[in-house]
Amino acid sequence: MLKWIVTVLLIALLSFALCLYLPWWSIAIAAFMVSLLIPMRPVFSFLSGFVALFMLWGGYASWMSSENNHLLAGKISVLVLNNDNPFLLILITAFIGAIVGGFAALSGSLLRYSALKK
Amino acid sequence: MRIIFSIITAAITIVLCYILNTKALLPAPLGKLLSPQHGIWQNAEPLDADFNQQITLKGLQGNVDVHFNERLVPHIFAEHENDAYYVQGFLHAKFRLWQMEFQTIAAAGRISEIVGEKALTHDREFRRLGMVYAAERTLEVMEQDPDIKAQCDAYTAGVNAWIDQLTESTLPVEYKLIGYYPEKWSNLKTALFLKYMSYDLAARENDFELTNALAYFGRDNYRLLFPLQQDSLDPIVPGFIGTDSALQVIAPVSYDTIQPVETNMEVFEKPVPEIGSNNWAIGPTKSANGAAILCNDPHLGLNLPSLWYEIQITTPTFNSYGVSFPGSPAVIIGFNDSIAWGVTNGGRDVRDYYEIQFKDESRSEYLFNGNYLTTTFRYERIRIKDKPDYIDTVAYTIHGPVMYESNHQPRGFGEKAWAVRWTAHDPGKELKTFNLLNRANNYEDYVAATKFMQTPGQNFVFASRSGDIAIRTQGNWPAKWKEQGDFLMPGWDSSFLWQGFIPDELTPSQYNPERGFVSSGNQKPADSTYPYYLGMDYPLTRGLIINKMLHNFQKASIDDMKKMQINNYNIFAEMALPLLLKYTQQHELTEEMQQYFNILKEWDLVNDPTSKGSTIFEIFWDSFAAMVFDDEFKNAPKVIARPLSTTLLEALIKDSSYKFVDNIETRNPETLEEITTEAFRKAYPKISEADAGGRLTWSKYKDTRVLHLARLEPFSRLHLPIGGGKHIINATTTTHGPSWRMIVSMGETIEAFGIYPGGQSGNPGSRFYDDFIDDWVKGEYHSLRIINNKSERDPSIKWIMQFKPE
Repeated sequence: MLKWIVTVLLIALLSFALCLYLPWWSIAIAAFMVSLLIPMRPVFSFLSGFVALFMLWGGYASWMSSENNHLLAGKISVLVLNNDNPFLLILITAFIGAIVGGFAALSGSLLRYSALKK
Repeated sequence: MRIIFSIITAAITIVLCYILNTKALLPAPLGKLLSPQHGIWQNAEPLDADFNQQITLKGLQGNVDVHFNERLVPHIFAEHENDAYYVQGFLHAKFRLWQMEFQTIAAAGRISEIVGEKALTHDREFRRLGMVYAAERTLEVMEQDPDIKAQCDAYTAGVNAWIDQLTESTLPVEYKLIGYYPEKWSNLKTALFLKYMSYDLAARENDFELTNALAYFGRDNYRLLFPLQQDSLDPIVPGFIGTDSALQVIAPVSYDTIQPVETNMEVFEKPVPEIGSNNWAIGPTKSANGAAILCNDPHLGLNLPSLWYEIQITTPTFNSYGVSFPGSPAVIIGFNDSIAWGVTNGGRDVRDYYEIQFKDESRSEYLFNGNYLTTTFRYERIRIKDKPDYIDTVAYTIHGPVMYESNHQPRGFGEKAWAVRWTAHDPGKELKTFNLLNRANNYEDYVAATKFMQTPGQNFVFASRSGDIAIRTQGNWPAKWKEQGDFLMPGWDSSFLWQGFIPDELTPSQYNPERGFVSSGNQKPADSTYPYYLGMDYPLTRGLIINKMLHNFQKASIDDMKKMQINNYNIFAEMALPLLLKYTQQHELTEEMQQYFNILKEWDLVNDPTSKGSTIFEIFWDSFAAMVFDDEFKNAPKVIARPLSTTLLEALIKDSSYKFVDNIETRNPETLEEITTEAFRKAYPKISEADAGGRLTWSKYKDTRVLHLARLEPFSRLHLPIGGGKHIINATTTTHGPSWRMIVSMGETIEAFGIYPGGQSGNPGSRFYDDFIDDWVKGEYHSLRIINNKSERDPSIKWIMQFKPE
């Protein structure tokens, strides 16, 4: 369990660091790399990437949005979702990060597994 | 087996990233857009954002301090004048980059690059109007003036200093949403922006519309619909101005016997004709505090981000405050330590069309005075998103570019081709006017500065601390013979060319007139004794009410001036309502109709937000005008001029049996009584529908909005509870209105007030995006505090940005 939590934190941290310099999809690289290095069962790997990015993107977006009193999120959500719902926009943000993070982590974990099998 | 799974999941990850990074499957690249470190969340500016900053920039000559007040208005203190423009460019870009670029891209006819083929008609129209050609020519002249060149170079460098340090995260949100990236700024873009203002302001012509009207109605009826004189005109400059001894223009002998042919063309969208403005100044004899007071409210399209950006510029040589255009250096409307100035649009007809007879299909030669002249061609390459480029080959003649012809159809038709002669094509140094006004000390400086204003011609009002007031209807105005340019003209006959420009000594102007005030509300600048033809259809009514109110003031205070700018009294209704009430046969209306008729009878002629009479009057008058004219216009060409509402009103005041009152589709002649009564009956469904929908109060019916430039609704402000309207000093219609209200009392201490419907930041995610709008709706003002030097700690200052040269 502790290993899992460390993995989650590492993925989140590396994602954040890479995104300072690289495009948004570098979160996939971060999740992939971490789960390539830390051995874990594929399902837990997926969850680690998913949870890490869900927390990072969801947490970061909701922090910035609340600092902004959800002024922009309200407008964008009308534009994108046709519905004034900042919370939903934050949730979608978190989910998009999570699903990419999850699959990237799963790929890393499966690759490690199959490489070791050989 | 595992290896296959790992390949599959890796593939899924990559495909996910691809889908979320493009618009291939989704309406927007959601991953890119919603990434908290790259996308829109980065534009969610914290409410307590800190604007204190130290910035080191290449290209500055010395230090520049910028003090921002609590409304985010910068006070720029520069050790070198051009550094002030550098930082002005930097701040314009920091707060308004998307808007600045979008406006110039629109002016250059390049919107197709961003939105694709649907903008091609717009782009071709702008290219063929010669917008880029005009900007290039103007730039050449601007850059020959070392001061203007240095000013523009510094401004451009400042804009680019901001653009250079942009990252994906710090891009304005519109770029992220639409999906493109800003270009570098250039002096040409500044010139293009100024031409965009000419497009908006120097485009009041109806050549095609009037030609069709003359052709369809014949000369006698045409004159009744479009009279040369307005009976109740109170011109900007009353009285005799001069004779044409300096330049005499001679009409071609045959001009008024020419029977024009109807042109069968498409309706084409033009700038709204209702753009207008007010300005006035009262001298010390009229003001309560003994100072000259200047007031100005230019009426333009109401947009977000706003056209205006409030600013103070302080250099070693001058100290000016007012509003600037993001896209151009200097303060455009404002005041300095010695003088204040403001503008309203001149609105004369400075754009005429000439028919071109090409020798053959190659368009390489055209007829002129019996000979063939050679055309030059300009190739307009229009890049279109996701499509191959479109190349428009535009022929240029001695008149100007051939705008409409068979291969450009909004108005060209058959074999006919029309070239456009427009003063905005003539190179000018309009920016010099503002450069000089910023530093002007007195009346002489003001006159010298305004002389550089060619296009769009403006009525410059002036007041100084020495108590002087003045107005000049400044511009490069073609000297026209009677009706020249009202209609399409033959391009092969030199006697139809413009024969010169109105000499400066005949510019209608006033300096400290006896009546103690000067004013303009876009009405005709001078009366019929003026030696040159000034055109017909000027807005009449705001000038009347402004002059009436200014006449009546004994000693006007600043508060009186504020009340006047937000005044909602409808002088048109004052003249029109008694007529309507007199002729309508109330007993012939149903009881339900009479209810509304009674509201109208009790209306106080004020278009306040909650007034119901205003709405009923508006619907009733429109219905009435339609009853009078629709029968005559029923079979007319689609593109045709309609008479002004003031024309109908003045005709009826003179003669209740005005010819067009009769419905020509019936056998019996109708009386005015029958027409007005029927007009009310026809207005009733619309009135009761508005009432049933809760929209009978004026502001709900009018539904004023401030739209985002890209028409994105969530970035707009809709349904504003504000009064006013056409013919009213507070000229707020549905989409247009006072884009900046300013009052400056030039006393011992300068007291200034102003407001515009927007906010200093162009970022929809900033609390400064639209924070002035509610106050503007309520008719409130901000205090404009000119701060003398940077060591002065004004209590309104909240943040300091310090710029140092690298």
